[in-house]
Amino acid sequence: MEMPRPNPVVLSLKDRLVSRLKQVLPEDAVIHDEAETRAYECDALTAYKCPPLLAVLPSSTQEVSDVLRICHEEGVPVVPRGAGTSLAGGALPTADSVILGVARMNEVLETDYENRFIRVQTGRTNLSVTGAVEEEDFFYAPDPSSQLACAIAGNIAMNSGGAHCLKYGVTTNNLMGVTAVMMDGTVVEIGGAHLDAGGLDLLGLICGSEGQLAVVTEATLRILRKPEGARPVLMGYDSSEVAGQVVTDIIKAGVLPVAIEFMDRPCIEACEAFAHAGYPMCEALLIVEVEGSEAEIDMQLGLIKQIAAKHNPVELREAADADEAGRIWLGRKSAFGAMGQINDYMCLDGTIPVSSLPMVLRRIGEMSKEFGLDVANVFHAGDGNMHPLILFDANTPGQLETCEAFGAEILKLCVEAGGCLTGEHGVGIEKRDLMLHQYDAADLEAQMAVKDVFDPAWLLNPAKVFPLAVSEARRAQPQAA
Amino acid sequence: MKMMTPKSEAELAEMVAGADGPLWVKGGGTRGLGGAGEVVSVAGIAGVELYEPGALTLVVRAGTPVAEIEAVLAAENQRLAFEPMDHRGLLGTTGEPTIGGVVAGNISGPRRVQAGACRDFLLGVRFVDGAGQVVRNGGRVMKNVTGYDLVKLMAGSWGTLGILTEVALKVLPRPESEATLTVATAEAAVAVKAMAAALGSPFEVSGAAFDPEAGTRIRIEGFESSVSYRASRLQEILVPFGAVTVESGPEQSSAIWRDLRDVAPFHGGAGDVWRLSVKPTDAPEVAARLRAERVLYDWGGGLIWALVPEGTDLRARLGGVAGHATLVRASEATRARLGVFQPEPEPLRRISEGLRARFDPRGILNPGLMAQPVEA
Repeated sequence: MEMPRPNPVVLSLKDRLVSRLKQVLPEDAVIHDEAETRAYECDALTAYKCPPLLAVLPSSTQEVSDVLRICHEEGVPVVPRGAGTSLAGGALPTADSVILGVARMNEVLETDYENRFIRVQTGRTNLSVTGAVEEEDFFYAPDPSSQLACAIAGNIAMNSGGAHCLKYGVTTNNLMGVTAVMMDGTVVEIGGAHLDAGGLDLLGLICGSEGQLAVVTEATLRILRKPEGARPVLMGYDSSEVAGQVVTDIIKAGVLPVAIEFMDRPCIEACEAFAHAGYPMCEALLIVEVEGSEAEIDMQLGLIKQIAAKHNPVELREAADADEAGRIWLGRKSAFGAMGQINDYMCLDGTIPVSSLPMVLRRIGEMSKEFGLDVANVFHAGDGNMHPLILFDANTPGQLETCEAFGAEILKLCVEAGGCLTGEHGVGIEKRDLMLHQYDAADLEAQMAVKDVFDPAWLLNPAKVFPLAVSEARRAQPQAA
Repeated sequence: MKMMTPKSEAELAEMVAGADGPLWVKGGGTRGLGGAGEVVSVAGIAGVELYEPGALTLVVRAGTPVAEIEAVLAAENQRLAFEPMDHRGLLGTTGEPTIGGVVAGNISGPRRVQAGACRDFLLGVRFVDGAGQVVRNGGRVMKNVTGYDLVKLMAGSWGTLGILTEVALKVLPRPESEATLTVATAEAAVAVKAMAAALGSPFEVSGAAFDPEAGTRIRIEGFESSVSYRASRLQEILVPFGAVTVESGPEQSSAIWRDLRDVAPFHGGAGDVWRLSVKPTDAPEVAARLRAERVLYDWGGGLIWALVPEGTDLRARLGGVAGHATLVRASEATRARLGVFQPEPEPLRRISEGLRARFDPRGILNPGLMAQPVEA
C-alpha cells in the first residue's frame, strides 16, 4: 500500500511545532520523543506502520481547536485517532503528520432518560456508553465486535455497525448531534437533542467521513430501553445456499430478528475450539436472535424454527438458558480472535445483496483455490455484510501481497454482485485504491468536493478514502516554512 | 407555463447542462412550493427498478408515485416504515406525491420516533447535479460506508444540490396488527411525561402524539399476541397520567395515525402552519410561547405542529431554544418574507452555502429555497 512521500518542509517544522503546541497543551499531552511516537505508528491494520511526526492528546474541544488551528497555520497534516482499532488503516499516520488522539476525552457530559439521549466526549469507548446508562436499563445500540476497546470518535468516523444493526441501525441512525472542530480550528455544533436537521443534513455527512471533514469531540447519542429479554437460536445446514435461503424466508415471513449471523465450517471449527459454544460441525451455521418478553420470544422463535425446519437443518437448537445464550454469542463475537490464534488473517467487510449470497460464497471458495489461501466466512447475514477472513502467514515472503490481491478480488466481486466495498469498517487506506471499482470519476469528484468545503487545504487525514492518484492534485502541496 | 418533462436520467442531465436560467424541480407538486425558474418535472422518470422482498430492498426511479410504491410493497406484506406524510389535505394541493419528493424533503411521519426518518431508510441515490453531471452514491445494500454518505446529504436537500433520479430504500415487514392507547391528558406537560414513559419502556412504541383535544395517543404494532400483551403492560405504565382506553381495532388505530401523520385537524381552515423540531421535554414551554391557535405534538413532543394567524413570524417567538422551525403552509408573500427553512447559524450557513456552490455552481436549482430570506 503506497502512502504519499513525507513533505520535507513539514518534517523540518517539528521543533517549532512542538513548542507552539506546548503553549496550548499541557507538557505531557505533546508526544514527540521517537520512542513514544512509535505507540501511534499503526492501528489494527498492523501490516502498515509509520511513526507520526508527533502525537497530541488534547483534553477538551478548545484544546482540539487550538491544535488544529496551529497545524492549519503551519500546513501540517493531522490524522485523528480514536482508540486505534480501525481495521482499514483509518488512523495510520504519515511521517509528516500529527496524530490527534481523543483518548483523554472520555467523560459523560449529560444523560437524559426522558428524552432518551446521552452526550459524551468521543474518546469514550463504545461499551462504556452503554455502561453509563445500564443501571437505568438503557443501552446504546451499535455494537461493533471491538466495542470493549473502540471509541465513539472512531465509530462516528467509520459509521460503525455491529451484529444487531438489522433492527437498530448503524451509528448514523443512532447519532443525534455532534460538536466537531474543522481543520482551521472552527468549532461547529450540529444537531442535538432534537430530531433531523433544519437545513442540509451535515450530521449525516460527517458520520462516516473517516475523520476527513472535522474532528468530532462530543456526540449526542440515542439511547434505548433494553428489551425485556433476548434469546438466540442456532441452526446448522449442509450448504450455504440453503442457509441463505433460510435467511431470506425468515425476513419474508415478517419476523424481524435483532440479528442473523452466519458462519461457515472453517469459522465454526475455530470458534468452537475457542469458546466451546456447542456449535454443530456443518457447512453453514446461523445464529438468529429475537427480543421481547418470554412469550413474545417463544412465539417468534416458534415461527423461525418452523421456517428453519422446512430446510432440513442438521441442527436446530434454542438456547436453554442465559448461560448457553452467552456462549453462543461469545463464539460469534470471538471469531476474529479465534482465527487470530491459528493464523494471520485479513478481515474484509464487503456487503452484498442477501440474494447473491450463495453465488458470492461459491466464487470465494473457487478463488481460495486459485490463490492458495484459505478463507473463513463469518458475517451479518441479515444485512448482507460479509466478513471473509483470509488466512495467511505474514512470515512467508509474498503471502501478504497474495492475500491482498485475493482480498481485492473478493471486494470487486461484492461490487459486481450489487454490493459495496465496505459495510462497516471504512475505506481507510485498505480499500482506497479500489474505490474506482465502485464509483466513477464523477461520483468521487462529488465526494471530494465535500472535503474541499470543509478542509480546502486537504490537511485532515488526507491520504485516505480516495485513490492517491485521484486526490493528488488536492492534497497539501509543500509550503514554504 | 413551459415545463421540462424528461423521460430519462440522460435526458434530464442534458436539459440541466443546457439550462440557461433557474430551474424549479417538481415531483408530484403536492408540497405547495414554487419559485422562480422553469419547471422541471421528474414525474416522467418513474418505475420500480428492483424489488427484493427477502432482502428488504426497493430501488425506484424518483418520479414513481408513493401510492404505487405502497401498493407494490403491500402485495408482499411490506411497507415504507418511515410513514411519509401526504401534504395534500393540509395544503389543499392536488397531484400524486412522488418518492423523489418525499426523499428530497426527508419527509417522515409519526413512526420516525421509533423507526427513524426517511434518510435512515435511504440506501442509495442517483442524481443530476447543477452542472448536469450524473452522480451515484451509496447503493442498494443495508450497510455501506464506502466513501462519504452523500445519500444522507441528498435527503432533505430539497432539490438544491441535485435532482434525484433514482433512490434505493430499505423497506420493512408490515406488522400483523396494531393498537392505540389513548390517555386522557389535558396538559401538554403531563402528556409529554406520559409519552416519555411509554417511549422509554421496552414495549416498542411506534407512535407517541398528543392532540390537546383528543388526549395522548400511544401506538404499538406487531404480531397480534405481542400487541395485546404490550397494550396491557403500557396501560399499567400510563395510568398514573390519566384514564387509559385502548383502541384495538387495527382500522381505527391506523385511521388515528393517518390523521396525525397528515395533521388532519389543520385541514381546510385559514392560518399558517409551522412545523417545529425540539427536544421533547422543551415542547410544552415552547408551545406556550408560540401563542398558537392550535397545536399538535408528535414524536413524543419532539415535533410540534402549530397553527397561527397568517403572516406570524413564529421564529421570533422561539427565542433561544435548540431546534428548528419550518414554514409548511403560508402565502407566497409570507414564505418569501420569513423563509421556509430556519436560517442556519454560522459557521453551518457557510458550510451549506459552500456545498451548494460546489454541487450547483451556477445556482440554478431551486434558487433561494434553502438559503437565507433576503432582509427587506
